[in-house]
Amino acid sequence: MILHELISFEYLRLIWWLLLGVLLIGFALTDGFDMGVGILLPFVAKTDVERRVVINTVGPVWEGNQVWFILGGGAIFAAFPPLYAVSFSGFYLAMFAILSALIIRPVAFKFRSKREDATWRSRWDKALFYSGFVPALIFGVAVGNVLLGVPFHLTPDLHAIYEGGAFGKLFGLLRPFALLCGIVSVAMLVMHGAGWLVLKTDGGIAQRARKLGSRAALVVMAGYALAGMWLAVGIDGYSLVGQVPHDGPSNPLASQVLREGSWLLAYLERPWIAIAPAMGFVGSFMAWRALQGEGQFSPLGWSKMALFGLISSVGLTIFPFLLPSKSQPDSSLTIWDASSSHLTLFVMLGATVIFLPLILLYTAWVYRVLWGKVTQKDVSDPDHHAY
Amino acid sequence: MDIGVVELSRLQFAMTALYHFLFVPLTLGLSILVAIMETVYVMTNRPIWRQMTKFWGLLFGINFAMGVATGVVMEFQFGMNWSYYSHYVGDIFGAPLAIEGLMAFFLEATFVGLWFFGWDRLSKPAHLLVAWLVALGSNFSALWILIANAWMQNPVGAEFNPLTMRMEMTSFFDVMFNTVAQAKFVHTVSAGYVTAAIFVLGVSSWYILNGRHIALARRSIAVASSFGLAAALSVVVLGDESGYDAGLNQKMKLAAIEAMWETEPAPASFTLFGLPDQEARETKWAVHVPYVMGLIGTRSLTEEIPGINQLEQQAERRVRSGLVAYDALMTIREDREATDPEIRQTFEKHSDDLGYAMLLRRYLDDPRQATDEQIAQAAEDTIPHVWPIFWAFRIMVGLGFMFIALTAYFFYRSSFRGGVFPRWALGAAVLMIPAPWIAVEMGWIVAEYGRQPWTVDGILPTALSVSALSVTELLLTIAGFAAFYTTLFLIEIRLLLKYIRKGPHEDVQLTDDWQARHRARLTPAE
Repeated sequence: MILHELISFEYLRLIWWLLLGVLLIGFALTDGFDMGVGILLPFVAKTDVERRVVINTVGPVWEGNQVWFILGGGAIFAAFPPLYAVSFSGFYLAMFAILSALIIRPVAFKFRSKREDATWRSRWDKALFYSGFVPALIFGVAVGNVLLGVPFHLTPDLHAIYEGGAFGKLFGLLRPFALLCGIVSVAMLVMHGAGWLVLKTDGGIAQRARKLGSRAALVVMAGYALAGMWLAVGIDGYSLVGQVPHDGPSNPLASQVLREGSWLLAYLERPWIAIAPAMGFVGSFMAWRALQGEGQFSPLGWSKMALFGLISSVGLTIFPFLLPSKSQPDSSLTIWDASSSHLTLFVMLGATVIFLPLILLYTAWVYRVLWGKVTQKDVSDPDHHAY
Repeated sequence: MDIGVVELSRLQFAMTALYHFLFVPLTLGLSILVAIMETVYVMTNRPIWRQMTKFWGLLFGINFAMGVATGVVMEFQFGMNWSYYSHYVGDIFGAPLAIEGLMAFFLEATFVGLWFFGWDRLSKPAHLLVAWLVALGSNFSALWILIANAWMQNPVGAEFNPLTMRMEMTSFFDVMFNTVAQAKFVHTVSAGYVTAAIFVLGVSSWYILNGRHIALARRSIAVASSFGLAAALSVVVLGDESGYDAGLNQKMKLAAIEAMWETEPAPASFTLFGLPDQEARETKWAVHVPYVMGLIGTRSLTEEIPGINQLEQQAERRVRSGLVAYDALMTIREDREATDPEIRQTFEKHSDDLGYAMLLRRYLDDPRQATDEQIAQAAEDTIPHVWPIFWAFRIMVGLGFMFIALTAYFFYRSSFRGGVFPRWALGAAVLMIPAPWIAVEMGWIVAEYGRQPWTVDGILPTALSVSALSVTELLLTIAGFAAFYTTLFLIEIRLLLKYIRKGPHEDVQLTDDWQARHRARLTPAE
C-alpha cells in the first residue's frame, strides 16, 4: 500500500503527538469534572437527597466521559507502543490504584441508590470520593515524575527494566516535586468539578461548590507557579544530541540524550509556547472570580481554558520527549523514536478523522438533550430513573 | 527470566479476562433483546412492551456497569503486565483496540446514560434509536476486540522489522479481514445472544412457575426463544468455521482439542470421549466417531490432519531454522546501517521461524548457545496441556447442543402451542440459566489456553511477553483483583436477584399515566 506515503512519517508523528494531547485534554475536560464532583461529594452535599442531586448531575454522562480515558490509553498503545509498554508497567502499582478507582466508580454510581440503607449509601459515597481523588492525584504525580525523569532503561532487545523493587518503584514516585504536581492536579479537577456543579445545581450545593472551588483555584495558581519556579532552578531537563531524523525507525536506543540545562529552555527556543501557561493562569484566575459570582461567564468555561493551558504546557515544555529516562538518558522515549510504524499511524489517523467528529457531534447532542439543572424533585421522581 | 512472574501474569490475565467475560455476553445479547422489545413497543404502542423494555433494561444496566468496570482493566493490563508483548506487537495489536474505543465503546457508553435518563426527554422514536445505538456499539466493540484477538491466533499482515526489533503492520486490510476474526466475531456475539436469551427465558420461566407477571414472561419467552434459537444455530455453524480455520493455521490447537497424538489416515475420526494422557501420549478409553474430525478440520475426505507428535517434529525443525534467523538478526542489530545484504537475505528467508527460536529464551539468554536437549524441549513446549482443552471443548459443544434443544422447544411451544409451557420445561429453563456462562468460559479456555505457549501464534512466546515485574507486585495485584472482583460479584448477584424477585416495578396503569404525560410534554400546548 502506497497510500500512507501521502503524509510523511514526520508529520504523522507530530499529528499523533497532538492527537494524544487532544485525547488527554478531552479526558480532563469531561471526565475531569466527574472526578472533581466525586471529590466534592462529601463536602458540598449535606443530606441524602442533596448527595443524589450531586451524583445525578454526572449520572447520565460519566460513562461516556470515561471513554476519553480509555481511548487515551488505546491511542497511546496504537500510536506510541513503547510509551504504553514502558510507562504502564513502570508505574505498575500506581496504575493498579487507578484501575481500582475505575472499577469501583461505575458500580458505585449504579449500585449506590439501589438500596435505602444509609450505611450502604455512605459506603458508596466514600467509594465515589476515592474514585475521583485517587486517579486525580496519581495523574498529577505521574506527570511530575515524567518531568523528573523515570528510572527505567531499555535492553538491546527493547525490554524495559526498572530500578527498585515493588515498593521502591511505588514509593519512589512520591518525590516532593511530583507530590506538588499531584496537588495541583487534584485542585484543578476540584475547581473544574465545582464549575460543573454551579452550572447544574442550585441552592446550598451550588453555594458550597463556589466556596470550595474558588479555594481550589487559588491552590492551582499557587501550586503551578511554585512548580514552574522549581523547574527553573531545581530540576534538570533533557535534550537530544545532534540532529535526530524525524522519519527514522522507531528505536529509542538509536538516539543520544543528554541530561542538562532546564526544561524551561524550551520557552527560549519556542517562545510562542508561553501561551499555554498563560492560559492556565488566566483560566484559573477567571474561574476563581466566576466561582465567587463575578464576571458574566460561567466558571466551567474558564476552568476548561485553565485545564487546556495547564495540561498542554507540560507536553509543550518537554517536546519532543514523551518519557525521559533517569537511569539511562539514551533510553528516553521521544515522539521521533517511540511511535508506531508509518502505516499504522496513517491508518489510525484515518479512523480518527472519521470517528472523532462523529463522537463530538453525538456527545454534544447528548449534553444538549440533558441540558438544565438537576433538582431535588428530579431525584425523588420514581419515573426519572435517577441514580 | 523469572518463571514465577510469567505464571502469575498468566494467572492474573486468565482471571481478569474470564471475569470480564461473565458480563460481556449478557451485554451483547441483552442490548439487542431490549432494543427489539422497545421496537415492538414503539410500533404497537402497547404498554406491556414498555414495561418489558424497562424491566430487562434495568437488569442490563446493572450488568453493563460491571462489564465497563472490568473492561478497563483488560485494556490497561497489556501495558502493565505484558510490556514486551505491547512493544513487540503494539504496532498491529494497538490499532484495533484504539478503533474499538473510537468506533464502538464511545457510542455505547455515551448513549447508555441517555437511554436510562432520556425516557422523559426524548420522543419515542429518538429513544428507540438510542437503544439501537447502544446495541450497535456493544456489538461493534466485540468486532474490534475479536479482530485484535484473531491476530494473536492468526498473525497476518505483519512482518518483523530488525531496525525496530518488533513486528510491524504491512497490511491493515489483512488484519481487519482476517478469516479467523470473522468466524470468531459471529461465533462470539452469537454466544452472547444465546446467553441473554437463556437468561431471559430462565427468569421468565421462574415468573410463570410462581404465577407472577405472566403477560410479561410469556412475551419475553416468545422473543427470547426465537432470538435464542437463531443464535444457537449460528454459534454451532460458526464454531465449525472456527474449527476449520484452526485446521488451516493452528494445527496444534486442533490436535490438542482432539487429543490426536498421531496422524491418522484421512478422514480422521472424532473422539467423543476419552482420557488424554500427556505423559504416555495416548488417549485412554477413547470412543471414536469415524470421519467427523476430518470433515470439520479439512472439509475433505482425503486431507490428513497432522497429529501432535508430527507437529512436534515440525516444531523442532522450525526452532533450528529460527536459530539461523536469530543469528542473522544479532549481526544486523550490531550494525544496523551497514549489514551485508547476504545476511539480510538469510534473515528474511528464516524470519518466519524467528519466534520458534525465541522459545529457547525460557531456558537461556542467548538461544544460539542452546543444546540439542534444549531445542527438543522447546519443541515439546509447543504442545499445550491437552486434557483441559480436550474437556473444555467437549463441555462447550455439549452445552451448545442443549441450548439448541431448549430454545427450539420453547420456540415451538410459544409459536404453535399458544404459549403454554409444561412445568418441567419451565423448571429446566430455570436450571439452565448458568449453563451459557459455563459454555462461553470454556470457549475462551479452548481459544486462549489452546494457543499456548504463544501469545501470538508462532511469533512471540508467552514466557517472553511479560513485563519486568517482581513476584511481590503480581501477588499484590492478584490479591487486589481477587478481593475487588469477589466483592463486586457478590453485590452484583444480590442486586440482580433483588430486582428479579421484585419484578417489573411499574404496572400498566402507571405506564398509561406516563404516556399521557409524555404526549402532553412532546406536543405543544393547545
